Amino acid sequence: MAKNSDNNRRKFMATTLQSVGLTALGGLLWSGYSDEAKASPLVLRPPAALPEDDFLKACIKCGLCAEACRNRDSNKDRDGNPRPSTLQMAKGGEHKLIGTPFFVPTDVPCYMCDDIPCVPVCPSGALDEASVTNEKGELDINMARMGLAVVHKESCVAFWGLQCDACYRACPLLDEAITLEYHKNERTGKHAFLLPVVHSDVCTGCGLCEKACVTEEPAIFVLPVEYATGKAGTHYVKGWDTQDQNRLKDAKEIHTVTERSEKEAADYLNMEVEY
Amino acid sequence: MKKFKYLLLRRATQLLLLVLYFGANAYGWHILEGTFGSSVLFGVIPLADPYTTLQVLATGFVLGTDVLLGAAIITLFYFVVGGRAFCSWVCPINMVTDLANWLRRRLKLDKEEVNYRFLKRSARYWIMVLGLIVSAVVGVAAFEVLSPITIMQRGIIFGFGAGIAVVVAIFLFDLFGVKNGWCGHLCPLGATYSLIGQKSLIRVKHDHEACTNCMECKIVCPENQVLWMVNKESVSVTDGECTNCGRCIDVCGDNALEFSIRSFATRKQSKGVKNETNG
Ligand code: SF4
Ligand code: SF4
Ligand code: SF4
Ligand code: SF4
Ligand code: SF4
Repeated sequence: MAKNSDNNRRKFMATTLQSVGLTALGGLLWSGYSDEAKASPLVLRPPAALPEDDFLKACIKCGLCAEACRNRDSNKDRDGNPRPSTLQMAKGGEHKLIGTPFFVPTDVPCYMCDDIPCVPVCPSGALDEASVTNEKGELDINMARMGLAVVHKESCVAFWGLQCDACYRACPLLDEAITLEYHKNERTGKHAFLLPVVHSDVCTGCGLCEKACVTEEPAIFVLPVEYATGKAGTHYVKGWDTQDQNRLKDAKEIHTVTERSEKEAADYLNMEVEY
Repeated sequence: MKKFKYLLLRRATQLLLLVLYFGANAYGWHILEGTFGSSVLFGVIPLADPYTTLQVLATGFVLGTDVLLGAAIITLFYFVVGGRAFCSWVCPINMVTDLANWLRRRLKLDKEEVNYRFLKRSARYWIMVLGLIVSAVVGVAAFEVLSPITIMQRGIIFGFGAGIAVVVAIFLFDLFGVKNGWCGHLCPLGATYSLIGQKSLIRVKHDHEACTNCMECKIVCPENQVLWMVNKESVSVTDGECTNCGRCIDVCGDNALEFSIRSFATRKQSKGVKNETNG
């Protein structure tokens, strides 16, 4: 009898251990796979989307944003049928986290709807209405930052001296998000370059410019903001900018002493230095 | 027809829901929009899947109230009608695994019951917990990354892509691998609903006196461990793993099984049931 219960206990321990072990194994594989599956850095998200990391946590993959985008009143063709929507839901094999909304400007760019139908419907908070609401409490699509347009000047034909301002004209924030800069064309001597320049403080990343670009592969294209921007760092101070100068007000001098700095500076131009 | 009453009702419900979801995207209907993860009923009532909601919460994200309220509504609903009614009346994967199971019987693949040592029916509860842990570690709702349920549903609404592979895999696994392998052993969503429906009101009730011990019910039941009382005792099926699919009721030629409102004093009534439900 005692032996039997001993056996039972041993068996129970073994099964428990096995279950725990297998669960741990499964957990490792599952984590690895999920981590891999969410790595899709170059994807453009709907307006008002949280930063990618939070967005991936939050989005419950309901598709309500994509449905609102597709069925909005402004998205009808002449017969009143809905056109393809800007927002698509990631499918298996598209190498984006499955079931999350995204858009590809060369397929369908975002038309920057005034009433932003895609955002208020989001039940999870993955699309943050507050980030596209101005002080007056109105929705304002110009506050969206889906990405940032970047011009590749070598393939942009305007940089060759041809006249093309397709992107500039397509931009809903014409003369604000994209401006044209005039430069003299030294090659011909009598023509001007009309160069498109994007301003990152205004560009929403809608991709209308990318869609409009005339070159075989768009010379202007939208990248997620963090991939399209650099960062100068805090140690640069704009000496001509009083605001920026203020940063130095409470700065303390940091004096580093090294073996080298202990020596006098050598006036080697005027000294006859012997080597 | 009686032999297929609940089966047909279930298929009709499952397909109707899919049509409504499909129409919400394709034609802009406002009846049932979204997906199982989170939906909107009649343009106002939020609905959300409890397990998906838990996964998102596990990532540490503070969810919007729409989802929280939606999850509460769904939990309450299935708490009453039987948690796994979701499985047999709503979930599209159920059609796939039922088909696999039916084919299995047809092809007589069931004759030799293989003993899968590693795969117990309890595995799904481990997976359910594991899914929450992985969600917390990786920072993404972990089951949603591979859930055949939402992949199939979104496939129907927005197009499948390569996602169809998951659905096919489940079908093959259930057909050639383990009997009721996915829904009966692995699916953490089914596990969650099993827990939710533990105390549900609507239950299948067995009438031991009417039973002729033909065992048809146990053959069709996807969770036949819950039918332990057949030809033994006249009690309700109280196990949360019962999917309330009613297949057992359909196939029983002797009216020994019927849906009933759960009687909390189970052992007291044993006859009665037949009279109530003969209509
Ligand atoms: S703002 Fe853009 S993404 Fe949103 S509904 Fe309009 S076109 Fe679609
Ligand atoms: S509406 Fe929100 S939660 Fe739903 S798919 Fe879109 S971003 Fe994700
Ligand atoms: S993405 Fe292009 S079109 Fe859209 S706002 Fe920016 S510059 Fe303008
Ligand atoms: S449309 Fe393309 S080629 Fe033309 S100016 Fe713009 S970026 Fe250059
Ligand atoms: S167990 Fe899972 S896949 Fe099977 S029917 Fe239930 S929810 Fe759907």
